[in-house]
Amino acid sequence: MTEVQTAPVPRRNLELLLLLLALCVGGAAFFLVGSATEDNDSKNFLIQMGIMGALALIIHVLLRIFAKYADPVILPITVALNSLGLAMIHRIDLAKGTSQSSRQLMWTAIAILVAALVLWAVKDHRILRRFTYIALLASIVLLLLPLIPFLGATINGARIWIHVGPFSLQPGELAKITLSIFFAGYLSSNRDLILMAGRKVGPLQLPRMRDMAPMVIAWLLSIGVLVVQRDLGSAILFFGLFILMIYVATARISWVIIGLLMVVVGGVFAALTMGHVERRVNVWLNAFDPEIYQARGGSAQIVEGLFGMADGGLFGTGLGGGSPYRVPLANSDMIIASFGEEIGLIGVTAIVLLFMLLVSRGLRAALGARDTFGKLLASGLAFTLGLQCVVIIGGVTRLIPLTGLATPFMAAGGSSLLANWIIIALLLLISHNARRPMSGIVGPTDEIATPSTSRLKDRKAVTNQ
Amino acid sequence: MNQAIKRVWVALTAMFLICLGALSYIQFFNAETLNDNALNKRQLFREFDLPRGAILVDGKPIAESVETDDGQFNYQRKYTDPELYAHLTGYYSLANGTTQLESELNDWLTGSSSDLLFDRLAGMFTGQKAEGASVELTIDGKLQQAAYDAIPDGLRASVVVTDPKTGEILSMVSKPTFDTNDLAVHSTSEAAKNMKKISEIDGLSPYVNPAIGDLVSPGSSFKILSTVAALESEHYDMNTVIKNPASVNYPGSSNTMNNFYEGICGRRSEATLEFIFAQSCNTPYMEISQKLGLEKFADVTERFGFGQQLDIPQSVTPSQFPTKDITAAQLAQMAIGQYNNKVTPLQMNMAAMAIANDGVIMKPNMVKKVTAPDLRVIEEPKPEKFSTATTPEVAADLKSLMKGPVQSGTAMNAAVPGVDLRAKTGTAQVKTLEDGTPIVNSWITGFAPADDPQVAITVTIQQVDYNTGHNTAGAIMKKMVEAVFNK
Repeated sequence: MTEVQTAPVPRRNLELLLLLLALCVGGAAFFLVGSATEDNDSKNFLIQMGIMGALALIIHVLLRIFAKYADPVILPITVALNSLGLAMIHRIDLAKGTSQSSRQLMWTAIAILVAALVLWAVKDHRILRRFTYIALLASIVLLLLPLIPFLGATINGARIWIHVGPFSLQPGELAKITLSIFFAGYLSSNRDLILMAGRKVGPLQLPRMRDMAPMVIAWLLSIGVLVVQRDLGSAILFFGLFILMIYVATARISWVIIGLLMVVVGGVFAALTMGHVERRVNVWLNAFDPEIYQARGGSAQIVEGLFGMADGGLFGTGLGGGSPYRVPLANSDMIIASFGEEIGLIGVTAIVLLFMLLVSRGLRAALGARDTFGKLLASGLAFTLGLQCVVIIGGVTRLIPLTGLATPFMAAGGSSLLANWIIIALLLLISHNARRPMSGIVGPTDEIATPSTSRLKDRKAVTNQ
Repeated sequence: MNQAIKRVWVALTAMFLICLGALSYIQFFNAETLNDNALNKRQLFREFDLPRGAILVDGKPIAESVETDDGQFNYQRKYTDPELYAHLTGYYSLANGTTQLESELNDWLTGSSSDLLFDRLAGMFTGQKAEGASVELTIDGKLQQAAYDAIPDGLRASVVVTDPKTGEILSMVSKPTFDTNDLAVHSTSEAAKNMKKISEIDGLSPYVNPAIGDLVSPGSSFKILSTVAALESEHYDMNTVIKNPASVNYPGSSNTMNNFYEGICGRRSEATLEFIFAQSCNTPYMEISQKLGLEKFADVTERFGFGQQLDIPQSVTPSQFPTKDITAAQLAQMAIGQYNNKVTPLQMNMAAMAIANDGVIMKPNMVKKVTAPDLRVIEEPKPEKFSTATTPEVAADLKSLMKGPVQSGTAMNAAVPGVDLRAKTGTAQVKTLEDGTPIVNSWITGFAPADDPQVAITVTIQQVDYNTGHNTAGAIMKKMVEAVFNK
């Protein structure tokens, strides 16, 4: 199997065009919200979209300078999703008399500026490989921060927050990135050892314990999150990330099966022994039981979300025309339900497809990356984005129990925005690396791209001899 | 490695597609079921966010939706003169539900009635918000106020005024009453608190309009129907002389039926219906009930509306004249409006309507017309016959008999000079207090003027001591007649 190589094209102008389109989508959403709710502050949306446009332009210009071969679709999709999220949060604000949207805009600005900083400071994602073990340490620190007395805080039953001045932060959001960096760095260095050394038990090749030790530590850490911090969503996310990374590194489906079995065993154990997980599952299974509906912390949230979406139907009530504010946490956990109600099945499908496209572009960057670290990192980051979407949409649609995961770029919440924008910056860098023309200069940590498995096997065979 | 990444893509795409499937199921295939779920209050919430039609009296709103910015809903239901109309309008409340006319007229007021389908379709294209229709009542604001003023505070009483020729309800007031605005507040906790306070008022239920919902013994006012039954039979006419002893034993019992001890009845041991009716003597009805039998009474009461479903448009509690397992003694008691003979104030008003309108009862109704938001009249109920209660001849006899109580009998305190009022009083014994004070239901029902009846008026006072009841019922009737004829 050979890959057809076409001459690399920067496509930055296409990005600019798509960016304009994305801003138009966001602007239109704001305009509709304003006109439907007779919001007299209609200049507001021009200011908001102006800020959004200026911020997007910073990234765009940085890309032109540092990563001109970066994927042209990633940034516009992200800007579109972020703007739509802002419009919906503004819309809920108008109904409830809150002012979350200005906060969210501020966080968007911070997130995009930090993403720009990452672009400028990192330039080449391969640098990050040097920080493999620092990333592990950072992950541990980030995950343990909320447990420190006085600094940590429990909100909605989950101890995943810290107070820094006037802000509440979820350091666990950033741990998604540091853990991805660690897994990618560790596995890219040790995958051969993990694959080759160790005993063979039946059809399975078990690695040596010492090769797996850091991985197991990272895994235990993420499970610890579930037990100590009572955050089901993050636990699922970290565990998924762990399985994915090992699978991508080893290409062995047996690891996935083992991993999923562990999820099932862990999940059943948690459901049976831990009060809050058990309650979640009960609320999920018997959501329409009036008693559970009325109970404190019962199914009212998810059921109201379902009613809202059903109310919206195929075409939706129109932005500003429905009453998504009747759903608790309509601008964060349940924002997909808010969109479902107001822009209908058609609109929410478009949003889901945007997410799908974004994740696909991330995985495409992984596919094209020329080094194992880049491949693993891009897969990990793209998968993290995708899994967040699927888990929260699945929760809102009652496919799985609802967890407190943030809908990327849309849900109100600064930490999640910041983390996801950094992910976008890294994906842009990796995609630049994947799409740029071959330079011919190969650094010491570089690997030659391994586009086909047959060649991979050949190489392994050579190493083994 | 790339193979693995491609598989990850396939897996994630599959998960996204499953999510899209779930969204489609919720928002399209299963949407109807979710919308109809009992827990789903969205339809109700939507109603609260739309302008609801007004309820009008004399062209002025007594219940209307006014814009509000309490942050919860766009409109607040506001009641003008709430105490005056509380039992008619009921209330429109998120926490306490919707009652009386607000509930019965809901389809009109919200605009969801099929007659407004075209307006709704047009609204979809013009982008105008759906508005409900307004409903104008037949109530006469001045009479309503007069009835309210006539009932002394502290009494448990109802006044019903109707037009016997059309069935239009001109006034329907009950006390004690309450402020419907208190129950219509949007705050659930405040509404619950107010509801608790209102429920503690003695003799008041915020769910019941006493004039059509309270069943009480009619006492002697029921003699209108007993006398109709007698005159319809071959046994009696206006000249029949009937025995009128001071007391008489119930069949098969040592208990006695007595004429009122202070009354004028005792002056004659036998009399014609004219004297008996005017002085409200009881004992002749023992004989009458035995001669006519249960079936005759069942027949007459049914023609007058007992046991029948009636919507004005609120649903009227059917009055009861039980016919199952009734002994001769019980029938005799029921013939003078006691025992299990239970009626609503409106039922006794319908009895007066029948006599006033030559034996024909027009269907009581409170809706004058329904007007769409564009002022188009969508509905204007025409007077409708409810039943033929008796023959014109018997009605004419009763009309002349009902002159007696006002002229020289039990209803003299209701007489108004210059107005030919015809009426019958009633006093139903409920219980006797420990100090011997009898507690009664006091009635007076009648119509005026005799030659061309304009109004039928009924006054009911529940659970009152005999003297207050008798005096006040007559006084209220007098004030109502004065109000109607501007005396």
